[in-house]
Amino acid sequence: MSAAVSAARASLGYGGEPVLTGLDFAAGTGTTVCVLGPNGGGKTTLFRALVGELRPLTGTVAVAGRPAYVAQTDRTRLDFPVTALDVALMGSLAGGRWWRPARGCDRQAAGRALERVGLADAAGVAFGELSGGQRQRVLIARALVQKAGVLLLDEPLGGVDPDSAQRISTLFAELRSEGRTLLVSTHDVESAHAFDLVLCLNRRQIAFAQPGEALTRSVIEETYGSELVVLSGGSDEPVRAIAVQHHEH
Amino acid sequence: MDLVDTLLEPWRSGIGRRALLEVVLLGGICGALSFWVTSYRLAYPAESLAHGLLPGLVIAALAGLPLLLGAAGGVGLAAAAIALAARDERIAPETATAVVISGAFGLGALLALRPDAPARLEELLFGDLVGVGDADLFAAGALAVLASLALAALHRPLTAVAFDPVTAGALGLAPARVRLALLGLLAAALAVAVQGLGSLLVLAVLVAPAVAVRRRSASPLQAMLAGAAVAAGAGIAGVYASYLLGIAAGAAVALALCLAAAAGSALPGLRRGAAA
Repeated sequence: MSAAVSAARASLGYGGEPVLTGLDFAAGTGTTVCVLGPNGGGKTTLFRALVGELRPLTGTVAVAGRPAYVAQTDRTRLDFPVTALDVALMGSLAGGRWWRPARGCDRQAAGRALERVGLADAAGVAFGELSGGQRQRVLIARALVQKAGVLLLDEPLGGVDPDSAQRISTLFAELRSEGRTLLVSTHDVESAHAFDLVLCLNRRQIAFAQPGEALTRSVIEETYGSELVVLSGGSDEPVRAIAVQHHEH
Repeated sequence: MDLVDTLLEPWRSGIGRRALLEVVLLGGICGALSFWVTSYRLAYPAESLAHGLLPGLVIAALAGLPLLLGAAGGVGLAAAAIALAARDERIAPETATAVVISGAFGLGALLALRPDAPARLEELLFGDLVGVGDADLFAAGALAVLASLALAALHRPLTAVAFDPVTAGALGLAPARVRLALLGLLAAALAVAVQGLGSLLVLAVLVAPAVAVRRRSASPLQAMLAGAAVAAGAGIAGVYASYLLGIAAGAAVALALCLAAAAGSALPGLRRGAAA
């Protein structure tokens, strides 16, 4: 099994002090990785390094092919006049040839991607008029059009409606069975159990292992510090816990 | 008939015809460009460059060189000075820009107001639509064609980066380069348009059209076409007003553009409910 995403003794930062150190992991093709950590723990920084926006201060990070990146939807411009289909269609820019108009087959691919995320009917709706969960699904459709083998998703389930969350989770399982590699950052310790692997970050790599192995009380406590409410589990057994988030918006 | 007579009057003179053609050409391309200028929040940089190129214009006027050459040189120097001043991390970039541009504007005025200089400062500041020559029209036509081609080629990257600058890099785009390409187009448009509309008024045609049409546009293409139409229409209205009322043409065009922007902001948008 070849590594689709890996890091070797990497530390990341924006010049000056590193904000994330000790990264050492490798995820094979077709695996799903849950990236857990508190706000400011380094999840988004890791993603920015994996898409190539940020060069590691030390060590290396590597991705097989160009990954698709689904950032948090609040980073997009809601007042910009584009429809859901237009946004999905942006994924075809990854094929190069940015100076050409979109081709018919690109439009079909964008339409199919919207269908896959359950938004075929909303293709002509302005992006800014969709609900938060629908917007998230449109951005995932854009990533699908990109035909990337590796998908990086930053908090895709944060603040979305239950219907969207259900569709997105189902889609993750489908993408995994197609042999795509998914890195999904989340606050939700509970949902991490559904992934193949868990990567715990809190300004450094705390753990990288299968959920049963990684999600011990001590690891979770180290990952979340005081933001955590532990519901059950001894110090070396899998735990159920809720991370209490302090949003800075 | 009186009305027909009135409407035909500007067309009877070469001066009027050239002024009308100039505002249509400049309005068309700058109106389209204004959508991107506002989408990328470049109104302030655009204003800075427009004011900062004044010394270049004045020097060209004093030396008897084509104003286009002076404007192009002035834009380049102003951009370089802003970039240089913004590198000082102890002051905010907009503060550095304000200081540099006021300095450049002062220098331009100083040169133009020397006792032995020909009195042309007014037309450099407020434009000279009445004095538009064939070379100006050729420059405006060339700008319209070349900038349209560039906007067509850049359409998808401009759209993707404006919508979502954070992930555009993951699509294989370079957001910084897209922005730079747009700044280049803006600089070229300023250099050409400043002769007709002047260093102080040219900003109107690069910002106001987008404000006028923004809330009624369902796509970037629609916004660009509508912006072009509004700007050309306001330009024609301004030239007519100048003829009929005997007022300054550049100022009349700028006012017409700003009135269109005010009307566009005040009227309700049509976007909601117009989906699908």
